[in-house]
Amino acid sequence: MGKFAQLLQDVLRLCTKYFPIYFSGMKNTVLLALIGTVLGCMIGFVCGVLNAVPYDPKDPLRKRILIKVMRAVIRAYVELFRGTPMVLQAVFIYYALPYFTDGAARFNSVWAASILVVSVNTGAYMTESVRGGIISVDPGQVEGAMAIGLTHVQAMMYVILPQALRNILPQIGNNYIINLQDTSVMFMISFTDFFAAHRGVVGATYLYFPSAVIEMTGYLTMTLISSFLLRRLEQRLEGSSSFELAVADPLTLTSGVYRNPASGELFGERSRDFIGKE
Amino acid sequence: MDKEPILEVRHLSKTFGTNPVLKDIDFDICTGDVISIIGPSGSGKSTLLRCINLLEIPTAGSILFRGKDITDLGKDVFSYRAKVGMVFQSFNLFDNLSVMDNCTLGQVRVLHRDREEAEEYALQILSRVGMAPYCNARPRQLSGGQKQRVAIARAMALDPEVILFDEPTSALDPELVGEVLDVMRDLAEQGMTMAVVTHEMAFARQVSSRVVFMDEGVIMEEGAPDELFTDPKNDRTREFLGRYLSR
Ligand SMILES: Nc1ncnc2c1ncn2[C@@H]1O[C@H](COP(=O)(O)OP(=O)(O)O)[C@@H](O)[C@H]1O
Ligand SMILES: [Mg+2]
Repeated sequence: MGKFAQLLQDVLRLCTKYFPIYFSGMKNTVLLALIGTVLGCMIGFVCGVLNAVPYDPKDPLRKRILIKVMRAVIRAYVELFRGTPMVLQAVFIYYALPYFTDGAARFNSVWAASILVVSVNTGAYMTESVRGGIISVDPGQVEGAMAIGLTHVQAMMYVILPQALRNILPQIGNNYIINLQDTSVMFMISFTDFFAAHRGVVGATYLYFPSAVIEMTGYLTMTLISSFLLRRLEQRLEGSSSFELAVADPLTLTSGVYRNPASGELFGERSRDFIGKE
Repeated sequence: MDKEPILEVRHLSKTFGTNPVLKDIDFDICTGDVISIIGPSGSGKSTLLRCINLLEIPTAGSILFRGKDITDLGKDVFSYRAKVGMVFQSFNLFDNLSVMDNCTLGQVRVLHRDREEAEEYALQILSRVGMAPYCNARPRQLSGGQKQRVAIARAMALDPEVILFDEPTSALDPELVGEVLDVMRDLAEQGMTMAVVTHEMAFARQVSSRVVFMDEGVIMEEGAPDELFTDPKNDRTREFLGRYLSR
């Protein structure tokens, strides 16, 4: 028991003394993961949508070549950034600029370099997810959109992408949670995230294990809160399972809120029943 | 008295790979027509409707809409599609949108009506198919029959000159077929021009002005319903109807 009392004491001491360092590290970690994931999603959506541009053998040659080249470039981007570790990408991008310009140009902000690396990396993963999300939308939805006279772009905007977004929301959340942790490699280019705080603190105190306990707890707290919020967001996008009948019809008034028993989601987690009203 | 043709299909052929699905189809749809298209499964009925709506590009032949060939409409293809409504067997309602938004999307984006006007009109049409109370519902909250009635409203909201129905009741539970057929019967009585691929022989006989029998990509026989159902001229037609009547 003595060891645990000792640990508790060390942890508390570190927490009080180095609170600003840990706290700002946490803040930077969340911010970098958030910005990187959002920008990464944007990159993913743009690439995923460009990848889904259809072409027809009857299209003019120029258009077909353009689409093929575009797909090849996106393919290469995805493979390159999925196929190399993020820590290397960070070093690579961060030091390439001064190397080629003999030190004349460099990233004057570690933030800019870190955001660039994390979003480009996330973008590579999201491109594939978005492509999958678009493919998994029922082809009948496109036909319905075509049949009322929407253009390809309109069908994408109003019908396909909203459904694709809902399909891939779990993957976006997954990416965000991975980013919360994997941004810890950015200490290589001197980004001061939560893990960098650990390195700073143990350098001064040699209290490796107590600081590691703080780190574990801190990361777990961040990811658990994120999971919870993401779950809520998913449920929101899913929409209410019940709806108000819009007209005061004597027959329907008595039933008030109509709920179709056949419409219940089979996938328990997403079902609104578990959390009641909107 | 000759009626004005809306659509004229001339020598239409459609081949998928090496599989000829439609062979030299000639076929007119005139104002006020209610045409039932019957025939065994795989005979090309869906493909015919899909060619008319340009969901499939015809391999040969032409389709004239009010005298203009629809295969070289260019950018006008989108407003053409709005004028030719389509109701699918599997509804194809937009799952991410409410019933109301399903009925306004095309009005706002294709016909450029303003939203308020579109919603008012959508509500009018939804009440015609008995779905106005459900305007805030999402498609997944509706029964099959209700979905199909909304799909009909979605097509009607664009003021089409003709509506094409591809087996609108085939995906429905038997007890829900009636409500959809009732809506279609009302539409027909109000003078809507319609072409309906169907296996509902009673409906075809009572409601349509003309029945077309298709088999193996060819129109085998076509005529007034009473004639075609009581005294089919073609052996294939007789055989096909025989199978239905003996059930
Ligand atoms: N996209 C397609 N690619 C290849 N073959 C198709 C395609 N669509 C339909 N077919 C073929 O065309 C034939 C007619 O199909 P369809 O028009 O759906 O018939 P029906 O609606 O009368 O049952 C079928 O043999 C079907 O396999
Ligand atoms: Mg069919």
